[in-house]
Amino acid sequence: MFILETKPKEELEKLLKPGVCVIKCIGCREISLPEEKIEELLKNLELDAKDVLAVDYLCNADFTKSRLLKYKSEIDKCNSILVFSCGVGLQVLAGMLEEKSAVQGLNTIYISGRGLAPSDYDCDQCGECLLNLTGGICPVTQCSKGLLNGPCGGAKNGKCEISKDLDCAWEKIYKKLEASGRLDSYFRKMKVRDYSKALAKPKQPV
Amino acid sequence: MKLTELIKKKNFVVTSEIGPPKGWQVEHHLDEAKKYFAGIVDAVNVTDNQSSVMRFGSLATCHMLKDRGMEPVFQVTCRDRNRLALQSDILSAAGLGIENLLLLTGDHPKLGDHPGSKPVFDLDSVSLTHAVRQMESGVDLAGNKLDGDPPKFCKGAVVSPCAEPLEPQLMKMEKKINAGTEFFQTQAVYEPEKFARFMEKIKGWNVPVLVGIVILKSVGMAKFMNENVAGVFVPDPLIEELRKDKEKTKSGQTGVEIAARLIKEMKSMCQGVHIMPLGWDQHVPAILDAAGL
Repeated sequence: MFILETKPKEELEKLLKPGVCVIKCIGCREISLPEEKIEELLKNLELDAKDVLAVDYLCNADFTKSRLLKYKSEIDKCNSILVFSCGVGLQVLAGMLEEKSAVQGLNTIYISGRGLAPSDYDCDQCGECLLNLTGGICPVTQCSKGLLNGPCGGAKNGKCEISKDLDCAWEKIYKKLEASGRLDSYFRKMKVRDYSKALAKPKQPV
Repeated sequence: MKLTELIKKKNFVVTSEIGPPKGWQVEHHLDEAKKYFAGIVDAVNVTDNQSSVMRFGSLATCHMLKDRGMEPVFQVTCRDRNRLALQSDILSAAGLGIENLLLLTGDHPKLGDHPGSKPVFDLDSVSLTHAVRQMESGVDLAGNKLDGDPPKFCKGAVVSPCAEPLEPQLMKMEKKINAGTEFFQTQAVYEPEKFARFMEKIKGWNVPVLVGIVILKSVGMAKFMNENVAGVFVPDPLIEELRKDKEKTKSGQTGVEIAARLIKEMKSMCQGVHIMPLGWDQHVPAILDAAGL
């Protein structure tokens, strides 16, 4: 079971340019993709959402690679990519896109029963997905301290202070944002995590 | 007195630091601090479970230093406490008359002597600074009103001027300043030319910087830092200097000479120096003497 909620319109407006390609992940059978809410959001955003692509298992790198080839023309001609998937799906897709950035339209509140499409990425179900601000690289799961406001200063030669095998997530985020010209003021804003959102998830498997 | 007020008054301030012991008997540490720091340095930092090793508390030590006439800088890390406990301890510091804070994210517990403990990091150095500023305005981080007069602190933070890449450090430094940081103490610097470039980059921010000095104790220590400590690089000529005269290095004389030379080279670039003796407190007066401070 998955619990996903749509992000507020105001958050997405700042990140999207008209001429949007929408990617909806319909992979997991148990997923409760908030279809009606997504329709409503797309209507309210007043974006020229020409191509609405439904794909399955965005979290699976092989599947996503083949979908990117299949829908190359749609993706090439769009100005923004709006994705409705869990946090893992977005990270896989963002890692494959070079010029364009993928904008996450959902907050992931709860995931259970993973394993259908093993992935190198993880989602902590924080309920306030930050991937739109961090170049699709998750600081909650990839930084050993889960820091939200930049690197701690403990990394040496790009590696985390707890292990030389672990990349510093914030150095990666910085590089990605710099390369895509997105080191903007929105990203520089201070964040404090709201744990009450994560605690809203059910404790028992449904 | 607040460090920022001292900087205004004196133009150049000197701070040092002590690490509380792994036990409850702190008298010896306080006596050492009194002997080598009182009247010699302007303020004394007290580390907070330094290197993620469980020790006597920073807040209690700060209080004891204050009782003995020294000016403490209360180091607070986000590793061990959530936002309730952090704010509570900071209010307690205000109640004990502690005026200077150094707000840090903190090392990961995996590096210390309780590697299995839960890494908290509910807040980080930026959001903790913001929380203190909130309290100074009369409300806590959640916006609830505080009783009575709001506390007033001088809020410090750290930065790594020799880190590579430097840009993410500068981004974080800017965030700290926006959140309310009033002074910076730096990671150890052994490369004055890199420090000069760093100071040039941050010129527009008009924030006081105290350059960090760690006394070099041995060739092994220098090599260890080069391998393992983030943002620290000891150049080969300094390592050679430590290697040349083993007895002199062992006695601390080489480390004192290097530290004094670094301070002399950098003191015109910044607003103060922060000496981290790592147990070699007895050498601090000689360093300051040789540096002409």
